[in-house]
Amino acid sequence: MTDSYTRLVNTGLTKTLATRLGLPRPAVLRRHRPGEPLTVGPVLVVSDAASKTDADALAQTLLGWGTDVRREPSDDARWGAVVLVVTEAARPTDVSDAVLAVGSVLRRLAPHGRVVTVSRAVAEGDSPELAATRAGVDGFLRSLAKELRAGATGNGIVLTGGAAADSTSALATLRFFLSARSAFVDGQLLPVGPAPAGADEAPVDDDRPLAGRVAVVTGAARGIGVAIAKTLARDGASVVCVDVPAAGEGLARTANAVGGTALQLDVTADDAGARILEHARSRHGRLDLVVHNAGILRDKLLANMTPEQWDAVTAVNLAAQLRINAQLLDAGVEGLRIVSLASIAGIAGNRGQTNYGFSKAGVIGHTRATAPLVARLGGTANAVAPGFVETEMTRRIPAVTREMGRRASSLQQGGLPVDVAEAVAFLASPAAAGVNGEVLRVCGQSWLGR
Amino acid sequence: MATRKTTTGTPRGASSGTTGSARTADVRDAVIVGGNRIPFSRAGKRYADASNQEMFTAALEGLVARFGLQGERLGEVVGGAVLKHSRDFNLVREAVLGSSLSAQTPAFDLQQACATGLEATINVANKIRLGQIDSGVAGGTDTISDAPVAVSEGLRRALLAASHATTLQGRLKALARLRPVDLKPLTPATDEPRTGLSMGEHQAITTARWGITRDAQDEVALASHQNLARAWDSGFFDDLVTPFRGLTRDDNLRPDTSLEKLASLKPVFGKSLASSEATAGPTMTAGNSTPLTDGASTVLLASTEWAEAHDLPVLARFVDAETAAVDFVHGHEGLLMAPVHAVPRLLARNGMTLADFDFLEIHEAFASTVLTTLAAWEDADYCKNELGLPGAFGSVDRARVNVNGSSLAAGHPFAATGGRIVATAAKLVAQRAAETGETARALVSVCAAGGLGATAIIESV
Repeated sequence: MTDSYTRLVNTGLTKTLATRLGLPRPAVLRRHRPGEPLTVGPVLVVSDAASKTDADALAQTLLGWGTDVRREPSDDARWGAVVLVVTEAARPTDVSDAVLAVGSVLRRLAPHGRVVTVSRAVAEGDSPELAATRAGVDGFLRSLAKELRAGATGNGIVLTGGAAADSTSALATLRFFLSARSAFVDGQLLPVGPAPAGADEAPVDDDRPLAGRVAVVTGAARGIGVAIAKTLARDGASVVCVDVPAAGEGLARTANAVGGTALQLDVTADDAGARILEHARSRHGRLDLVVHNAGILRDKLLANMTPEQWDAVTAVNLAAQLRINAQLLDAGVEGLRIVSLASIAGIAGNRGQTNYGFSKAGVIGHTRATAPLVARLGGTANAVAPGFVETEMTRRIPAVTREMGRRASSLQQGGLPVDVAEAVAFLASPAAAGVNGEVLRVCGQSWLGR
Repeated sequence: MATRKTTTGTPRGASSGTTGSARTADVRDAVIVGGNRIPFSRAGKRYADASNQEMFTAALEGLVARFGLQGERLGEVVGGAVLKHSRDFNLVREAVLGSSLSAQTPAFDLQQACATGLEATINVANKIRLGQIDSGVAGGTDTISDAPVAVSEGLRRALLAASHATTLQGRLKALARLRPVDLKPLTPATDEPRTGLSMGEHQAITTARWGITRDAQDEVALASHQNLARAWDSGFFDDLVTPFRGLTRDDNLRPDTSLEKLASLKPVFGKSLASSEATAGPTMTAGNSTPLTDGASTVLLASTEWAEAHDLPVLARFVDAETAAVDFVHGHEGLLMAPVHAVPRLLARNGMTLADFDFLEIHEAFASTVLTTLAAWEDADYCKNELGLPGAFGSVDRARVNVNGSSLAAGHPFAATGGRIVATAAKLVAQRAAETGETARALVSVCAAGGLGATAIIESV
């Protein structure tokens, strides 16, 4: 896209100049390309003493993924990733050695390296000591992520409901965080529970985890929707591309690029859910995944907001998702995965976006409430909350505000549509069955909100 | 191959939706899966610099996207343009190569003036019915904005002679024959070559002969705009049209036009004709004649088996078709009256009458085309003398004619009109059959330059 600053400080003479002047140099992030190795170097797995069994299991799995796995810090490696396992740590002092071991290799963490913590969520009945230890990981990881440089990121897996460290969903999350697919996900802790019985299936082909699945993407005519459609298709899904009839030209382009079908449909139509289901089933035989990506902006200070501006945003961004979900749940679509696009505006709020903030916070609300409903059918409902992403929409933001939006994050840049799409594809993948009712931020660890 | 023994002369309702039509036994059905067109635009506006190839490719791409045909090798893509550059000799094939279809999809151009789109549909349907192909796209495209401009006959001959000459002297000699007047370009005209009259002037004669009034024509025009606007508003075109170059609706459409506004327009055709008693002066205006338009349309046809194998819906069956021509040069018949002759033959062959049709799609070259067509079928003398029928062919409930508007409102990019009408008719009969549970039928009639006309029967499945 058009982040010329990042381009300048990473190329030629201007790169030298920026380095000399000590200007911030956002890295050109490493992104997923099929066939490339999972990490950029060997993976160090460290743990406290009590968590050694879990650490061993994860190390074994990593070996199986073809990575170079080490269990001891050493000076000879340019580390691709460090995995810190503290699942069984019971007292705050338990984690000291392991945490400091991570610190000892950070200077030798390669550009685009990864730090991933694996811990357990605080649960009801935890002793104060145990709760302190488990909660502490949160603050540790978020702080550490802010210390990383050169495109390296830090994220955490928080096991819930007694999920095993090497359960399918935990491993899928680990793989996502280690990979270039999570390039713009930083400083996030994702709760991962046990997958419901029968849903706990590892993908046959890691490069095409969605093979044989049928996905619907709304708002697929442009921007993030195009990237989502392309990424889901790359991962093997048949994609139904949906957008309003007036956006049909771009929609046809997307559908033809991904080998899917174009459905010109206003998602606010009363029967949108039924029509989506009918199209998916009659034309593709089934429906597995709905990505609620369609969204609009009608920015105005609340004092100047017209009813049309408020109502249009609520209708498209929120009410349409609710209605479509209700119709799909009524139809009893087995194993349905729902991924909704929330926004950082729904978490931190934005001046001039009361309507948008309401709708996007509403998305987070309904995602949490829908999760148990869709779980009964063996499915999941999750949300992805993008931070600043380089799109046509953000290109229209005034220059200074736009530049602040880009730099105000650990990765010091805006994300690309594909970064959001990768998060959607991960949550949609069969192996992520244990992630339900969660909001995954794709924001480069924005300074805004949590 | 699944085949269907067809019967002729079966009265309507005698068999359950399979009332046959084809004379030949052992042909299978050709069904209409759906259609796609780009919004039609008045000449010189939104598509001013879009070529026929771009527009047809866009219409094709929208069709491919709607039905997921990427990489598919279709049996044939058939279409054409009435106004065509000589460089576009393989227009349709070039559009296929520029589309997401398999490059192994054959294609050919055909041209039958304004009936091009319908004739293309007839061709594809026939190939499917004979089992020569399983699927195909029929369509057409036309641009007035990007029309070819030819050089004068004098310049053309001089240039050809110069290129054939072998010596410099010979070339100079050939070019020396040029006169200033030879440098004037020839812009395309739609005048009839044999009469020198424009289509409008021809139709003005027919209009006067049948005593069609100005008011009646304006009412047809008003209904066309109102019906098309309602169809757009109800979402009828949501799965028939894909926007192009930012245009999302036909821009000739005037939803707010009125009889008063139409009545205020000055006549443009027939001004030199002596007023007849009935019409009191020239009656044809820009409001009740189609405007020059740019656009493209496509229709996807297939065998039932192919549609099923590709999980595609079926809107209707393309039952049968008939073309006709009239002698407007030496005879006394009107230029655009050929469909009036074709339809009785078509219906006789299929054992049907006008009453068997839920919808009539009569291309509105002019409002008076629709009115003279209907008037002729109601005129016993005319039907006896000109059509060789025992009496009047029949009358039609006007509420069944062009129910979702036609060319007066949508515009008329010559070769693209057939595809627009076929897709609209197919969706209309599918909707009607879904409502009533009974077979619904549409009669399609398209008049064309040269005294030509093409007609067809489309029936719900």
